[in-house]
Amino acid sequence: MINNIGSGNTIIKSKLISRRMFILSTAKAIVFFGIFGRLVSLQINEATKYKTLSDKNRFREWKIAPQRGLIKDYFDQEIASNKKVFQLHITPENSPDLEKLFFRLKTILNLTDKRIAFLKRKITKQKPWEPIIVSDNLTWSEFSRINLFLHELQGVEPIVSVARVYPNNSSSAHIVGYVSEVSAKDLEKKEYLRDMAVTGISVGKTGLEHKLDKSIIGKVGFQRYEVNAFGKRIKQIQIDKGKAGTDYRTTIDLEVQKFTTGLLEDKAAAVCVMDIYNGDIVSMVSSPNYDPNAFVHGVKKDYWKELIGNDLKPLNNKVISGLYPPGSTLKTIVALSALENDVWNPKRYLNCNGVTELYGEKFHCWKKKGHGNVNMRTAIQRSCDVYFYEVARLLGVDRLSETAKKFGLGKTVLDGFIEERSGVVPNTSWKKKFIGKNWYLGETLHSGIGQGYYQSTPLQLCLMTAQLANGGFELKPRLLVNEEKNNLREFIKYKNDNPNDPLPLDMLVSNFNLKPLFRNQENINFVKDAMYAATNEAGGTSYRSRLLDKKFMFAGKTGSSQIKRFTAEQRELEVKQKDLNYKDRDHALFVAFAPVKDPQYAISVVVEHGGTGSSAAAPLAKKIIKKVLERHELRRSYQFSLGKEI
Amino acid sequence: MFQPRSIQSSMSFREKVYSLDYTLVFSILILGLISMFAMYSTDGGEFKYHTKSHMLRFGVFFTMFFVVSFFQIRFWYKISTLFYLSIFLLLLAVKYFGLTSSGSQRWLNLYFMNLQPSELMKVALILFLAKYYHRITTADVNRIKHLFLPIVALIAPVLLVVTQPDLGTSILIAIGGVVVAWLAGVRVKFFTYASILFISLMPIAISFLKPYQKARILTFLNPDRDPLGAGYQIIQSKIAIGSGGLFGKGFLNGSQSYLDYLPEKHTDFIFTLFSEEFGFFGSVTILLIYSLIIYRIVQIGNITRSSFGKLYCYSFATAFFVYVAVNMGMVLGLLPIVGAPLPIMSYGGSSMMAMMIGLGIVMSCKVYKDVPVN
Repeated sequence: MINNIGSGNTIIKSKLISRRMFILSTAKAIVFFGIFGRLVSLQINEATKYKTLSDKNRFREWKIAPQRGLIKDYFDQEIASNKKVFQLHITPENSPDLEKLFFRLKTILNLTDKRIAFLKRKITKQKPWEPIIVSDNLTWSEFSRINLFLHELQGVEPIVSVARVYPNNSSSAHIVGYVSEVSAKDLEKKEYLRDMAVTGISVGKTGLEHKLDKSIIGKVGFQRYEVNAFGKRIKQIQIDKGKAGTDYRTTIDLEVQKFTTGLLEDKAAAVCVMDIYNGDIVSMVSSPNYDPNAFVHGVKKDYWKELIGNDLKPLNNKVISGLYPPGSTLKTIVALSALENDVWNPKRYLNCNGVTELYGEKFHCWKKKGHGNVNMRTAIQRSCDVYFYEVARLLGVDRLSETAKKFGLGKTVLDGFIEERSGVVPNTSWKKKFIGKNWYLGETLHSGIGQGYYQSTPLQLCLMTAQLANGGFELKPRLLVNEEKNNLREFIKYKNDNPNDPLPLDMLVSNFNLKPLFRNQENINFVKDAMYAATNEAGGTSYRSRLLDKKFMFAGKTGSSQIKRFTAEQRELEVKQKDLNYKDRDHALFVAFAPVKDPQYAISVVVEHGGTGSSAAAPLAKKIIKKVLERHELRRSYQFSLGKEI
Repeated sequence: MFQPRSIQSSMSFREKVYSLDYTLVFSILILGLISMFAMYSTDGGEFKYHTKSHMLRFGVFFTMFFVVSFFQIRFWYKISTLFYLSIFLLLLAVKYFGLTSSGSQRWLNLYFMNLQPSELMKVALILFLAKYYHRITTADVNRIKHLFLPIVALIAPVLLVVTQPDLGTSILIAIGGVVVAWLAGVRVKFFTYASILFISLMPIAISFLKPYQKARILTFLNPDRDPLGAGYQIIQSKIAIGSGGLFGKGFLNGSQSYLDYLPEKHTDFIFTLFSEEFGFFGSVTILLIYSLIIYRIVQIGNITRSSFGKLYCYSFATAFFVYVAVNMGMVLGLLPIVGAPLPIMSYGGSSMMAMMIGLGIVMSCKVYKDVPVN
């Protein structure tokens, strides 16, 4: 039967097959056309999108933390520099088993469980190819141990990186500040940090490191790698090393800084030395200090506890954030204010018998027996309180506050130092506003000797003295060397060259762009002369600390700011400061300028609970002044050697 | 019983060579050469294992293609039942002695090669059904008793393959069988019934699916569902093809495949790799070559006198088309990833062998186009 299939059936069959095949062929054409359309859509219409996605696949960027700029002292010695450090990074996605890896690392590096838990939490928060730092400052032996076991530590990368180091440890810690890991708070406050999220970048927390952070931090670089599907780097495509931060030269003299630091050891004290012509801060020491290097890689708990627990407050930069009543050092300003306002004749004598009375309240002189007959010059020289009670009473607190503010008290004087405090220059409206009470005359008397509400930083006192010493011209204290023309020096030079040429005030202002703080410069000179007497004439409060050599001779004013009022009993017993509890002792203050002839520098010294200014502060100032003046020529010539006009 | 030898059956070798369809031959050859370049690229631009092995296979099976074409079409007609049964036995053998790789048991170790009988079943089923429908009259085709055998012949191997598990190949086998039945004239209503039955059995079938197979289907419906898991292949393949653009990234410059973003770039995703490196023009060229091959096969079907030849050529052309369409649809993100190689291009000996045998039989139809099979 099979063999006898008729040709008719074959033809029917063929027709049927062909008809059905035609349907199939049409379907095929449609499907292939669909595939063609899909190719058009993917490879032509959406090619750009997919190219981008492909590049996203291919390339991965790793940011490189830039090197921080250097901070140097005036003589180009590095105060803050960078050093090589050995670090250990983990790239989570490269590790097949993180648990095992941490277990291994724990034994190799002695990691604590706490640290490991912290790292694990961190890993979950970031992208799997972003490295985390397990340890940012390995010792050489740890580093070599890691390298030894590297073959079994997949995902681990030993890295040689650069980190901040403060080569002179602590002497300039407060000025330079320190850097540490970026915190959430930093990111919130410093906008420029947000696109700098680089593993291992550190940010300035205090001092200059904080102030200059934006420019000293540098520009983040990146490495672009082609990576495979497993995140393995295949080849480097592009590298941008970023840019190291700007280097800064400060006005600080490291030599003086170290010297002063040595002098202040074991004391809670602050010293500020300033160039009276350009406001350069030559030295700024707060004691005790701390080791800024301890913060770079995260401060150890013990050390932190020690710093926080220390009563002498080592973390505090006392020069700009320590507030002390200026005490008798303010008498210079009181005298000046009285003279400028024509309320007092400096030749006027007053008899001091140790106490004066106002509305039944007794106001004591520090000298129980009294100073006898004193005029303004001797009153400053011997620091007679009674005399200045009377001056202040006539002057009034408001006029005094005006002069004090002019000379730099009661406001912050540096730019961008978060830790700087403004202090207080009280007056009637201030009291009304901040305390909500009316002013009492008795408080005026206290203000006249720099007590009561008066609060100032050592920097402000130094600035005050510098502005007196330079003849009463406004200064802008600074920590960074500024090569701009110094008008004040030019003016002094002009004046020395033309001694007989009278210079009216407005000409000073227009020709030299100076801002005089006085009405009559004679008044400034009077105060300077009185300060000279206080140090260099017998009976002066700092007479015992004087320097005889003309080259070093200085003029200064002592001060003691009372912490606790003396009781009548103590006064009767003539209790000495050193017999009191440490906490109850007066702060010892001293401000000075030097050399007497042709002054160059102003200094302020505050020794917390040091007792009297003449016994605790002035002797320190004497040594520092000598050191600074010894280096004066060097400082001047260093500038010249760089070929720069002053 | 023996028919007298016809003129064509006594053709000289030279005549046989002349009567080959050279468009088809060269299309296959060009495709083979292109696939070698693609393979060279998957080896990272080095003459390594995959390239060598692919070249050898192409050489061997291309030769086999000619050998197959020179056998009389009558021989293939006669042998088709035996061929089908042998492959079916091999499939059974796989069930018991097969090699297991990445979770599925598909291969038989023949020492000189690992044979995947399911690939050969693609051709064997078409051949078997073509013969079956050749032998019965058009009127008989739709009789229930004549529907029985084709259904069994189709379902049995499909079940064996699907339980390997190899969903992709089993679907392709089934499609081949269905196409023959369709061409033979099985009524539309039977296909409708079958479809309804199939759909109603789907839930049950799905419950038998492996979790990864379920995931693939879900992923196809929404590739972004699990971009790093099952959707990864589709997404990366689309990125590779799309990023090729008009002219491609250049030979050996396909970053997606070089950097291992492309899964199975030797086999199922060979078109992706080629597309990435040669762009839209490259892809369209491949598409055109396949179209040409399919067109030529259909043409051969047209000129073949016997129903067997016609049924076989048309069915094989359609099946070939389906393989291409499924593979391309898959890598272009139009179909779920089911694991279907691209004929001739993809790396894989069994697939290449099956295609070459299939094409050889087509060519045999051409050479002996006027010879009745029985």
